[in-house]
Amino acid sequence: MRAQKHSLKWMYLATAALLTLPSLAVAQQAPAAAMHVGARQEAHVGKLTGHSEAGRKLYFRFCWGCHGFHGDGNGENAQYLNILPRNFVAATFKCRSTPTGTLPIDEDLYNSLNRGLNNSNMPSWFPLTDQQRADMVAFIKTFSPRWQTEKSGDPINVPAEPALTVESIKHGQELFQKLECWKCHGQEGRGDGPAASTLTDSNDQPIRPYNFVAGSRFKCGVSNRDLYKIFITGLDGTPMPSFADVVKPDEAWDLVHYLRTLQVNHRSPELALWMTTKEGAAIVSAQKISGTPTGSGINQ
Amino acid sequence: MRPNQIITAAFLLTGVAAMSFAGPPKPAGGSVSGKVTYEGTPAKQKPIDMSKEPSCAKQYTTPPTTETVVTGPGNSLADVVVYISAGAPDEPPPSQPVTFDQKGCRYIPHVLAFQTNQELKVVNDDQTSHNIHPLAKVNHEWNKSQPPGTPPLSEKFPQPEFIPVKCNVHPWMHGNFAVLKNSHYAISSKEDGSFTLPNLPAGKYTVTAWHESYGTQTQDVTISGSETKSVNFVFKAKPY
Repeated sequence: MRAQKHSLKWMYLATAALLTLPSLAVAQQAPAAAMHVGARQEAHVGKLTGHSEAGRKLYFRFCWGCHGFHGDGNGENAQYLNILPRNFVAATFKCRSTPTGTLPIDEDLYNSLNRGLNNSNMPSWFPLTDQQRADMVAFIKTFSPRWQTEKSGDPINVPAEPALTVESIKHGQELFQKLECWKCHGQEGRGDGPAASTLTDSNDQPIRPYNFVAGSRFKCGVSNRDLYKIFITGLDGTPMPSFADVVKPDEAWDLVHYLRTLQVNHRSPELALWMTTKEGAAIVSAQKISGTPTGSGINQ
Repeated sequence: MRPNQIITAAFLLTGVAAMSFAGPPKPAGGSVSGKVTYEGTPAKQKPIDMSKEPSCAKQYTTPPTTETVVTGPGNSLADVVVYISAGAPDEPPPSQPVTFDQKGCRYIPHVLAFQTNQELKVVNDDQTSHNIHPLAKVNHEWNKSQPPGTPPLSEKFPQPEFIPVKCNVHPWMHGNFAVLKNSHYAISSKEDGSFTLPNLPAGKYTVTAWHESYGTQTQDVTISGSETKSVNFVFKAKPY
């Protein structure tokens, strides 16, 4: 009860703060400046329409402890977290289906809420209803004026996945060298490449590259399509760049197939096929499983 | 208009004015010029260890140094962006692109100034992959990979901002974009810290000087006719 009272108090304050902004009825005629942060937002995910007013109540119950009263990622728990909570005011998001530098679509944010962000303190909010998650997405969009002035990016086109072949894996292996993925992720994909120990995110916080060997899930999903999107769009706010301009769609799938074989802890069709080849079997059996998916415990 | 065209135009106009040729009134003539210097002891620049990137390290007989403070003879300070921050109207971008080169695992130039919405070409002249990561706060932050042999990236920034640029793969690589609203800007020279902002019609202006380590300074000037106003900036060097 106490906790509820506490959050009610904050909801009160939040309401008071938001009351100074025009209500929906007058927002149409309000001057441009007043339309900025705090104006109502909607989120559209499939057939769902999320409303920021409903999302606000949920935010100040579930989210603000980490993401903060102002949505800037400075909640009171933030100091205990070593991957800092997302700053919604900056509106830079890792998991997107849209090109680097653009706003994600509502569904990207919705999916992040469903899934949670692996290897961070962001849990899955799947226990809430679909409508509640859509409402939360709408409210998150009230923190940055970017959502008022810009449209989301156009989602990248992910072509159908071609048939898995040994050639595809081998070509992916070449690309891993050519694109110098190993500079950060390491030759064996353990997240221990020569640049790994120096990496910082856009908040100057140390950040480790993904360790394929120890992990099976990715920050932005579990499927091959998710993996495709991760390196094509890049993870904005982190050292992971977009490869959209330098990798052709076919090649991207080859790289996906190869990256799966690095996940020796994860039974995938790619790994199974790779193990049937002499080269692949030798590489996989020589692979040492060490560290954690975020790279801690690795000597660099 | 390209900066060199502007310089030529200003030169011609001053020449015309000097000959007291009574031509039609043209909206140019005055200029601001001066020098940027420092006082105190600037931080010593450190040699960069590129041993993790042999293809770049081998291009240098002696390791290059960091460029957070670049000084010249007579306490002159280079890489200072001097621009008109108030008094001049916003201008549409010139059609000519500016080029930001990655060579020897360094950014050339270290400080690149250009206009809002002007085309920026990013070139990779190295035998290694770089990622170009402008840490924009007002504009959008983006991060793109550029392996060797790939064509130049073409980008634009719609908002005026000073943007630090880094390459995450090579953490010593650090540069700056100065995105400005008009064409009246210059970068203080490596030789003597001098700069010239030509082509300024008569009026009141605020001249701002920005340095990546020492911040900004401003001065107000009033230009009448085709005079050249002298404006000098002195930055306090920090030893760290």
